[in-house]
Amino acid sequence: MDIQGYVRADGRVGVRNHVLILPVSYEVNQIADRIVRQVPEAVTFRNQHGIDQTGADLEQTLRVYEGFATHPNVYGVVILAWGHEPYDLQRIAAKAEAAGKKVELITLEQVGGMRRAIERGVLAAQRFTAERGEAKRQPVPLSRIILGTECGGSDACSGISGNPALGVVSDLLVAEGGTSILSETTELIGAEHLLAERAVSPEVAERILFIVRRIEENAMKMGVDIRGAQPAPGNIEGGITTIEEKSLGCIHKAGSAPIQEVIEYAERPSKNGLVIMDTPGHDIEQLTGMVAGGAQIVIFTTGRGTPTGCPIAPVIKVATNSFTYQRMKDNIDFNAGTVIDGEESVDDAGRRLFQLMVEVLNGAQTKAEILGHREFGIYRIGQSL
Amino acid sequence: MSETHLGAGRRQWVVMHPNDDVAVALTPLSPGTTVSAEDGSFSVVIRQPIPFGHKFAIRAVAKGSPVRKYGQVIGGATADIQPGDHVHVHNVDSLRARGDLLAKATQEKEEAR
Repeated sequence: MDIQGYVRADGRVGVRNHVLILPVSYEVNQIADRIVRQVPEAVTFRNQHGIDQTGADLEQTLRVYEGFATHPNVYGVVILAWGHEPYDLQRIAAKAEAAGKKVELITLEQVGGMRRAIERGVLAAQRFTAERGEAKRQPVPLSRIILGTECGGSDACSGISGNPALGVVSDLLVAEGGTSILSETTELIGAEHLLAERAVSPEVAERILFIVRRIEENAMKMGVDIRGAQPAPGNIEGGITTIEEKSLGCIHKAGSAPIQEVIEYAERPSKNGLVIMDTPGHDIEQLTGMVAGGAQIVIFTTGRGTPTGCPIAPVIKVATNSFTYQRMKDNIDFNAGTVIDGEESVDDAGRRLFQLMVEVLNGAQTKAEILGHREFGIYRIGQSL
Repeated sequence: MSETHLGAGRRQWVVMHPNDDVAVALTPLSPGTTVSAEDGSFSVVIRQPIPFGHKFAIRAVAKGSPVRKYGQVIGGATADIQPGDHVHVHNVDSLRARGDLLAKATQEKEEAR
């Protein structure tokens, strides 16, 4: 099956044509904000990181920046920096240029103060938004699409309706040769043995068990029962009792395809098919990681009505029950509660959701895009220094 | 799972797997309601109010025994559970990522020294 996408200079396929204002540290959030106030067609986000980080933690943060700067949904990027960040800003700019992006690197130090930085940023953002029409959608096979799967604000229906329906979408995309990402390692605790059985090799199976063991051990170092955070109060109110129960419902969103590989946070899949990315259960950090890893679209199931989105990728919200769908219609694109209501099968709901995904890939706006949701968060694996 | 069709019209409950100890209420259930499987595998009388999406036991589970849903272990019973009982955080604990138990064991070991 073909969709209509933007084929970028590096051969990757975008489904949006964004001009991104990318603040690489918290020092320049205010500049980014002022630029998009003057050029509202551009997108940005607030960033709390990028300073006083080191080692693997800093590398992971840079992987997110580079993932966003080179993302196929991005036409042009204005990279905003303070100038004293502890890493090579030129490297991020060079990678974005190599990916065929229009790039402007502005450092506060170099231009001399906020007013000039805003002026330069506005000019670049205006130029990119004026020029981006040159990129045209053209037919591309669905096999070029990477889908990020996510569930947040889960309830007991998540494992019965929303996640199994998303699992159908994942299987259909994999059958087309595309890629689907399962993540939220915390929410694999108690279900990892079932996933390991689906690994394509003993090495991949061992890696699945390893990342779950690692995140469980890290959680245990806090010396508390993780119930309260996993499952969260909203999950518990919705009927989920333990992390094991939550996980067993979560993994339904990965369908039934074999698991090809396990990748690190914000890393690009090297194989098509179903892959696992090692992320926390934190919705925004997970979403940011999958998009930085190249996901052009995310489907997000929710029992409680989680409202979040992403600056550069469409996020389709799926309600797992009809009460939440009716109450949160402003934020939710699709009702899988029809399965609970006995109105359609999981398979029918999944096929309907797949159709919606194709429409959104072709340009239809999601509720999160219309409402201007641009949440962003990086999974930190080291402490702030 | 993709074959699941809960049937025409709204169902009151669903059992996810034949090995399960619990069913999920798809509508709030009141005490005294009788819930019977079509295949005759169980019939229970609801003992406490069961909110939408919450679990009730379809067979007895002894304190300390595993509790199953999706055909898998979702935790351990912290009290004897009767058929028809509400099954949730008051009578089931997680068996995983229990940093609290690890911290307690570490502290007891240090105190014993």
